[in-house]
Amino acid sequence: MLTAEERQDIEAEMALYPTKEAVRIGAMKIVQRHRGWVCDESIRDIGEMLSASPADLDSLATFYNLIFRKPVGRHVIMLCDSVSCWIMGYERVREHLVGHLGIGFGETTPDHRFTLLPIVCLGACEQAPAMILDNNLHGNLDPAKIDSLLEECR
Amino acid sequence: MTIEKPLTKDIPADGQALDLAGYERAGGYQALRNAVGNMTPQQVQEEVKNSGLRGRGGAGFPTGVKWSFTPMGSDAPRPKYVIANADEMEPGTFKDRFLMEGNPHQLIEGLILAGYANQSDVAYIFIRGEYKLSQERLARALAEAYAAGYLGKNILSSAYGLEMYLHISAGRYMCGEETGLLNALEGKRANPRAKPPYPQVSGLWGKPTIVNNVETLANVPHIVAKGAAWFQGLSRTKDAGTKLYGASGKVKRPGLWELPMGTPLRELLEEHAGGMRDGLHFRGLLPGGASTDFLLEQHFDVPMDFTEVEKAGSRLGTGTMVILDDRTCPVGMTSNLIHFFARESCGWCTPCWSGLNWAERILKAMEDGAGKPGDLEKLEFQTKFLGTGHTFCALAPGAAEPLQSALKYFREDFERHIREQRCSFQK
Repeated sequence: MLTAEERQDIEAEMALYPTKEAVRIGAMKIVQRHRGWVCDESIRDIGEMLSASPADLDSLATFYNLIFRKPVGRHVIMLCDSVSCWIMGYERVREHLVGHLGIGFGETTPDHRFTLLPIVCLGACEQAPAMILDNNLHGNLDPAKIDSLLEECR
Repeated sequence: MTIEKPLTKDIPADGQALDLAGYERAGGYQALRNAVGNMTPQQVQEEVKNSGLRGRGGAGFPTGVKWSFTPMGSDAPRPKYVIANADEMEPGTFKDRFLMEGNPHQLIEGLILAGYANQSDVAYIFIRGEYKLSQERLARALAEAYAAGYLGKNILSSAYGLEMYLHISAGRYMCGEETGLLNALEGKRANPRAKPPYPQVSGLWGKPTIVNNVETLANVPHIVAKGAAWFQGLSRTKDAGTKLYGASGKVKRPGLWELPMGTPLRELLEEHAGGMRDGLHFRGLLPGGASTDFLLEQHFDVPMDFTEVEKAGSRLGTGTMVILDDRTCPVGMTSNLIHFFARESCGWCTPCWSGLNWAERILKAMEDGAGKPGDLEKLEFQTKFLGTGHTFCALAPGAAEPLQSALKYFREDFERHIREQRCSFQK
């Protein structure tokens, strides 16, 4: 069941577009904002609200990388793996993160604290290497800076 | 002589956004006031056409010409749409974020003026999901603009009205492609559409639609305020205006600079980016993001504009350069670029999803010391099918550009990887 708040948010979104179809992606993002991810049941509920089949919605969810169809940790790390960050030491940063968290890309730590994901260029190339932690951009990464950022998430 | 910097001069140095009062003090919204009060939409279109403004998203298509295809008059299909493409995701590119974070009203005014020129009814700012700060600042600026009467019905008491919405996307590079963006806005997968019909005639929900890049739109208020001749006079070459140039990689001062269009590559690299870091040497660069051909030291005197960079065998693209130094492996860099394009391919066209996947595996193997004789020929074969004419959109042709030029300019590195069965660069 979608909560009253989720329904309200989705309805507000529907006012901005001429079709229900246009709200499909946004509706999944709304559910994700409230629950962290989009489960099968939510897919069905959104589908009923927007006259879409679960298959249609899932084809969108699997296309758009910022929609999560699996549970994620309390903190989501998205590490830029594009060219400027790669030149500026992405591999070192990735190795440090993987070593520190004990997980690879697409995985969540057993304590559900962190999920690690790769991301395309974050438009922060002048401060490469860069990553997003819980929607906030962090640049000029090195092991010490990563350690202190992760420490703040404890 | 001081260089004019219309796009960035009012951006606060402290990292804050210029608010409405600050924007108005700097002359903001005067162009809009003048346009809706004293100019016809055709006059605004004409001014932009005469200015020679070319699209800053990478393709360099003349903005005024793009607008001239919009059906005008009382029997034009309605509603008409105008969209700011704020889906900046071209690797190595960080200019639109700077403009949106620093001066959101400049983009909004440019978008309203584009709307007025094309008599659009609805505007969307299509912004990527990760640009949180830009989203917050644009949302605040939009509320300010509505409250001040710059948006909504009867803008500044004129007969013209425009509704503007901020659309926050859910990821994927493909959304930055014009027709992919339209599909994403309609709630579909961001696959490209066949052209024609072009979006100006049949775009969002089949209605006339203009899509312009953020930097392109940011230029519009200044062109309308100061005129086409002024804009032409800003540049050092035939392509008009200023350009936000950038540099990333191992230069002394990575960053972003607004300079006259046509500033030579050498000046950008040596004066503005400060040259290479101590102990490193220059090997090559991508002049305008991942989907442009490499340039070498022999190109240092090329003026960085659309026309001249094309003559040198590449494209200006987004104007934000990615620099390759002599301690970084060109094969690794190419592999990274092709990995990006392969992952971001939407899967619509076979040469793209299949060819990029194939090229990605060959390059990865080469990096890991498992390159085989014949690999380079296979990669060259792929660049032909990835090239223009075999796919619906420019993603695959864009991917072919760094690949084909890397194979040409860094041939010896590729051959050595295969011969020695390893990468000799220190990681």
